[in-house]
Amino acid sequence: MADDLALATRSGPGRLLIAVYGIFAIAATSRSAVQIATRFGEAPVAYLLSALAAVVYLLATVTLAVGSRASRRVAFLSCAVELAGVLVVGAVSLLVPSWFPDATVWSDFGSGYVFIPLVLPVLGLLWLRRTAGPRRAAVNPGSG
Amino acid sequence: MIDSLAVALTVLALVAAAWALLLVVLDKPLTLETKLTLGIAGVVVLLEVGLLVQAVIGVVRLVGLDRDISGPTFVGYLVAPVLVLPLAGFWALAERSRWGASVLLVGCLSVPVMILRLHQVWAGHG
Repeated sequence: MADDLALATRSGPGRLLIAVYGIFAIAATSRSAVQIATRFGEAPVAYLLSALAAVVYLLATVTLAVGSRASRRVAFLSCAVELAGVLVVGAVSLLVPSWFPDATVWSDFGSGYVFIPLVLPVLGLLWLRRTAGPRRAAVNPGSG
Repeated sequence: MIDSLAVALTVLALVAAAWALLLVVLDKPLTLETKLTLGIAGVVVLLEVGLLVQAVIGVVRLVGLDRDISGPTFVGYLVAPVLVLPLAGFWALAERSRWGASVLLVGCLSVPVMILRLHQVWAGHG
Protein backbone atom coordinates (compact mmCIF):
# COMPACT_ATOMS: atom_id res chain seq x y z
CA MET A 1 0.00 0.00 0.00
CA ALA A 2 2.73 2.44 0.96
CA ASP A 3 4.46 1.79 -2.36
CA ASP A 4 1.18 2.38 -4.20
CA LEU A 5 0.86 5.74 -2.48
CA ALA A 6 4.43 6.71 -3.36
CA LEU A 7 3.94 5.60 -6.96
CA ALA A 8 0.69 7.56 -7.27
CA THR A 9 2.34 10.67 -5.82
CA ARG A 10 5.19 10.69 -8.32
CA SER A 11 3.35 9.44 -11.43
CA GLY A 12 1.42 11.26 -14.13
CA PRO A 13 0.95 14.98 -13.42
CA GLY A 14 2.86 14.45 -10.17
CA ARG A 15 5.99 13.69 -12.16
CA LEU A 16 5.79 17.06 -13.92
CA LEU A 17 4.97 18.82 -10.64
CA ILE A 18 8.06 17.35 -8.97
CA ALA A 19 10.19 18.31 -12.00
CA VAL A 20 9.08 21.95 -11.80
CA TYR A 21 9.66 21.89 -8.04
CA GLY A 22 13.14 20.50 -8.70
CA ILE A 23 13.99 23.31 -11.13
CA PHE A 24 12.81 25.87 -8.58
CA ALA A 25 14.79 24.14 -5.85
CA ILE A 26 17.96 24.39 -7.93
CA ALA A 27 17.22 28.00 -8.96
CA ALA A 28 16.37 29.19 -5.45
CA THR A 29 19.29 27.36 -3.82
CA SER A 30 21.88 28.73 -6.24
CA ARG A 31 20.42 32.22 -6.14
CA SER A 32 20.39 32.37 -2.36
CA ALA A 33 23.87 30.81 -2.09
CA VAL A 34 25.29 33.56 -4.35
CA GLN A 35 23.38 36.30 -2.51
CA ILE A 36 24.45 35.20 0.97
CA ALA A 37 28.04 34.47 -0.03
CA THR A 38 28.67 37.69 -1.96
CA ARG A 39 26.51 40.52 -0.53
CA PHE A 40 24.56 39.40 2.54
CA GLY A 41 24.82 42.83 4.23
CA GLU A 42 22.95 44.64 1.43
CA ALA A 43 19.55 43.06 2.01
CA PRO A 44 19.66 40.52 4.86
CA VAL A 45 15.86 40.14 5.10
CA ALA A 46 15.44 39.44 1.39
CA TYR A 47 18.40 37.05 1.34
CA LEU A 48 17.25 35.12 4.41
CA LEU A 49 13.83 34.76 2.78
CA SER A 50 15.51 33.53 -0.39
CA ALA A 51 17.30 30.90 1.71
CA LEU A 52 14.02 29.91 3.39
CA ALA A 53 12.34 29.61 -0.01
CA ALA A 54 15.22 27.44 -1.22
CA VAL A 55 14.88 25.09 1.76
CA VAL A 56 11.11 24.84 1.28
CA TYR A 57 11.44 24.05 -2.45
CA LEU A 58 14.12 21.42 -1.78
CA LEU A 59 11.97 19.86 0.94
CA ALA A 60 8.86 19.81 -1.27
CA THR A 61 10.79 18.26 -4.19
CA VAL A 62 12.32 15.47 -2.10
CA THR A 63 9.25 14.67 0.00
CA LEU A 64 6.92 14.57 -3.03
CA ALA A 65 9.38 12.29 -4.83
CA VAL A 66 9.64 9.94 -1.81
CA GLY A 67 5.85 9.95 -1.39
CA SER A 68 5.51 7.88 1.79
CA ARG A 69 2.81 8.78 4.31
CA ALA A 70 5.19 10.71 6.56
CA SER A 71 6.98 12.48 3.73
CA ARG A 72 3.66 13.50 2.18
CA ARG A 73 2.84 15.23 5.46
CA VAL A 74 6.10 17.18 5.22
CA ALA A 75 5.29 17.94 1.57
CA PHE A 76 1.89 19.28 2.63
CA LEU A 77 3.55 21.53 5.21
CA SER A 78 6.15 22.72 2.68
CA CYS A 79 3.45 23.66 0.18
CA ALA A 80 1.46 25.45 2.90
CA VAL A 81 4.52 27.42 4.08
CA GLU A 82 5.29 28.23 0.46
CA LEU A 83 1.78 29.52 -0.24
CA ALA A 84 1.82 31.60 2.96
CA GLY A 85 5.30 32.87 2.06
CA VAL A 86 4.44 33.95 -1.47
CA LEU A 87 1.23 35.65 -0.29
CA VAL A 88 2.79 37.47 2.70
CA VAL A 89 6.07 38.39 1.00
CA GLY A 90 4.20 39.33 -2.18
CA ALA A 91 1.92 41.70 -0.28
CA VAL A 92 4.68 43.19 1.91
CA SER A 93 7.03 43.70 -1.06
CA LEU A 94 4.32 45.79 -2.75
CA LEU A 95 3.26 47.73 0.39
CA VAL A 96 6.73 48.32 1.92
CA PRO A 97 9.21 48.01 -0.98
CA SER A 98 12.03 49.49 1.15
CA TRP A 99 12.14 46.26 3.17
CA PHE A 100 13.19 44.41 0.03
CA PRO A 101 16.03 46.30 -1.69
CA ASP A 102 16.74 43.14 -3.70
CA ALA A 103 14.13 40.74 -5.07
CA THR A 104 13.34 37.30 -3.66
CA VAL A 105 11.60 34.46 -5.48
CA TRP A 106 8.40 35.51 -3.68
CA SER A 107 8.56 39.29 -4.30
CA ASP A 108 5.52 40.73 -6.12
CA PHE A 109 3.82 37.32 -5.82
CA GLY A 110 6.55 35.70 -7.90
CA SER A 111 6.05 37.96 -10.93
CA GLY A 112 9.77 37.65 -11.78
CA TYR A 113 9.18 33.93 -12.32
CA VAL A 114 5.93 34.27 -14.34
CA PHE A 115 3.93 33.72 -11.11
CA ILE A 116 4.95 30.05 -10.99
CA PRO A 117 5.86 30.45 -7.26
CA LEU A 118 2.21 31.40 -6.63
CA VAL A 119 0.69 28.59 -8.71
CA LEU A 120 3.08 25.81 -7.65
CA PRO A 121 2.04 25.43 -3.97
CA VAL A 122 -1.65 25.46 -4.97
CA LEU A 123 -1.03 22.69 -7.50
CA GLY A 124 1.04 20.82 -4.91
CA LEU A 125 -1.74 20.93 -2.32
CA LEU A 126 -4.36 19.92 -4.90
CA TRP A 127 -2.18 17.04 -6.08
CA LEU A 128 -1.61 15.81 -2.52
CA ARG A 129 -5.37 15.91 -1.90
CA ARG A 130 -6.17 14.14 -5.15
CA THR A 131 -3.72 11.28 -4.51
CA ALA A 132 -4.66 10.95 -0.83
CA GLY A 133 -7.93 8.98 -0.90
CA PRO A 134 -7.96 5.15 -0.89
CA ARG A 135 -10.18 5.13 -4.00
CA ARG A 136 -8.31 7.89 -5.80
CA ALA A 137 -8.36 6.04 -9.14
CA ALA A 138 -12.17 6.14 -9.22
CA VAL A 139 -12.36 9.91 -8.85
CA ASN A 140 -12.48 11.57 -12.26
CA PRO A 141 -9.27 10.14 -13.73
CA GLY A 142 -9.57 12.36 -16.80
CA SER A 143 -10.14 15.75 -15.21
CA GLY A 144 -7.78 18.36 -13.83
CA MET B 1 30.25 35.38 -25.09
CA ILE B 2 30.14 33.06 -28.07
CA ASP B 3 26.92 34.30 -29.64
CA SER B 4 26.73 31.74 -32.44
CA LEU B 5 27.02 28.87 -29.95
CA ALA B 6 24.32 30.43 -27.78
CA VAL B 7 22.01 30.79 -30.77
CA ALA B 8 22.68 27.19 -31.85
CA LEU B 9 22.00 25.87 -28.32
CA THR B 10 18.82 27.94 -28.03
CA VAL B 11 17.54 26.63 -31.37
CA LEU B 12 18.48 23.06 -30.42
CA ALA B 13 16.70 23.39 -27.05
CA LEU B 14 13.58 24.76 -28.75
CA VAL B 15 13.64 21.93 -31.31
CA ALA B 16 13.87 19.39 -28.47
CA ALA B 17 11.06 21.20 -26.61
CA ALA B 18 8.81 21.18 -29.70
CA TRP B 19 9.61 17.49 -30.19
CA ALA B 20 8.70 16.78 -26.56
CA LEU B 21 5.46 18.71 -27.01
CA LEU B 22 4.70 16.54 -30.05
CA LEU B 23 5.18 13.41 -27.92
CA VAL B 24 2.85 14.85 -25.27
CA VAL B 25 0.19 15.67 -27.87
CA LEU B 26 0.51 12.24 -29.55
CA ASP B 27 0.41 10.63 -26.09
CA LYS B 28 3.67 8.71 -26.63
CA PRO B 29 5.65 7.50 -23.62
CA LEU B 30 9.45 8.00 -23.67
CA THR B 31 10.38 4.37 -24.27
CA LEU B 32 13.59 4.82 -26.31
CA GLU B 33 12.24 2.02 -28.51
CA THR B 34 10.61 4.05 -31.29
CA LYS B 35 12.26 6.33 -33.85
CA LEU B 36 10.36 9.29 -32.41
CA THR B 37 11.70 8.80 -28.88
CA LEU B 38 15.22 7.82 -29.97
CA GLY B 39 15.31 10.97 -32.09
CA ILE B 40 14.53 13.29 -29.21
CA ALA B 41 17.09 11.45 -27.07
CA GLY B 42 19.70 12.19 -29.76
CA VAL B 43 18.80 15.89 -29.83
CA VAL B 44 18.95 16.09 -26.03
CA VAL B 45 22.36 14.35 -25.90
CA LEU B 46 23.67 16.76 -28.58
CA LEU B 47 22.29 19.70 -26.59
CA GLU B 48 23.99 18.39 -23.43
CA VAL B 49 27.35 18.15 -25.22
CA GLY B 50 26.87 21.71 -26.53
CA LEU B 51 26.08 22.95 -23.03
CA LEU B 52 29.26 21.30 -21.71
CA VAL B 53 31.29 23.04 -24.43
CA GLN B 54 29.60 26.34 -23.52
CA ALA B 55 30.46 25.81 -19.84
CA VAL B 56 34.15 25.19 -20.62
CA ILE B 57 34.41 28.16 -23.01
CA GLY B 58 32.49 30.36 -20.56
CA VAL B 59 34.79 29.59 -17.61
CA VAL B 60 37.91 30.14 -19.76
CA ARG B 61 36.58 33.49 -20.98
CA LEU B 62 35.57 34.53 -17.45
CA VAL B 63 39.12 33.88 -16.20
CA GLY B 64 40.52 36.10 -18.97
CA LEU B 65 37.95 38.86 -18.46
CA ASP B 66 39.12 42.30 -17.27
CA ARG B 67 35.65 43.74 -16.65
CA ASP B 68 33.75 43.32 -13.40
CA ILE B 69 30.78 40.95 -13.67
CA SER B 70 29.16 38.66 -11.10
CA GLY B 71 31.45 35.62 -11.47
CA PRO B 72 29.55 33.17 -9.23
CA THR B 73 26.22 33.99 -10.92
CA PHE B 74 27.81 33.60 -14.35
CA VAL B 75 29.31 30.21 -13.46
CA GLY B 76 25.95 29.22 -11.96
CA TYR B 77 24.17 29.85 -15.26
CA LEU B 78 26.93 27.97 -17.10
CA VAL B 79 26.72 24.88 -14.89
CA ALA B 80 22.97 24.77 -14.10
CA PRO B 81 21.73 23.76 -17.58
CA VAL B 82 24.44 21.06 -17.78
CA LEU B 83 22.94 19.53 -14.61
CA VAL B 84 19.24 20.26 -15.17
CA LEU B 85 18.99 18.66 -18.62
CA PRO B 86 20.18 15.12 -17.68
CA LEU B 87 18.20 15.24 -14.42
CA ALA B 88 15.07 16.11 -16.40
CA GLY B 89 15.96 13.37 -18.91
CA PHE B 90 16.26 10.59 -16.34
CA TRP B 91 13.23 11.81 -14.39
CA ALA B 92 11.26 11.79 -17.66
CA LEU B 93 12.44 8.29 -18.63
CA ALA B 94 11.16 6.84 -15.35
CA GLU B 95 7.59 7.77 -16.31
CA ARG B 96 5.56 5.48 -18.52
CA SER B 97 2.95 7.96 -19.74
CA ARG B 98 2.81 11.18 -21.76
CA TRP B 99 3.80 13.06 -18.59
CA GLY B 100 7.37 11.84 -19.10
CA ALA B 101 7.71 13.92 -22.26
CA SER B 102 6.17 16.88 -20.43
CA VAL B 103 9.07 16.76 -17.95
CA LEU B 104 11.51 16.85 -20.87
CA LEU B 105 9.55 19.77 -22.35
CA VAL B 106 9.98 21.82 -19.17
CA GLY B 107 13.64 20.82 -18.86
CA CYS B 108 14.35 21.86 -22.46
CA LEU B 109 12.50 25.18 -22.07
CA SER B 110 14.57 26.03 -19.00
CA VAL B 111 17.75 25.92 -21.13
CA PRO B 112 17.05 29.03 -23.32
CA VAL B 113 15.97 30.92 -20.18
CA MET B 114 19.28 30.14 -18.49
CA ILE B 115 21.24 31.02 -21.67
CA LEU B 116 19.42 34.36 -21.81
CA ARG B 117 20.24 35.09 -18.15
CA LEU B 118 23.83 33.99 -18.79
CA HIS B 119 24.18 36.67 -21.46
CA GLN B 120 22.53 39.32 -19.33
CA VAL B 121 25.06 38.60 -16.59
CA TRP B 122 27.92 38.67 -19.14
CA ALA B 123 26.69 42.05 -20.41
CA GLY B 124 26.78 43.34 -16.83
CA HIS B 125 23.05 43.47 -16.14
CA GLY B 126 23.26 40.58 -13.72
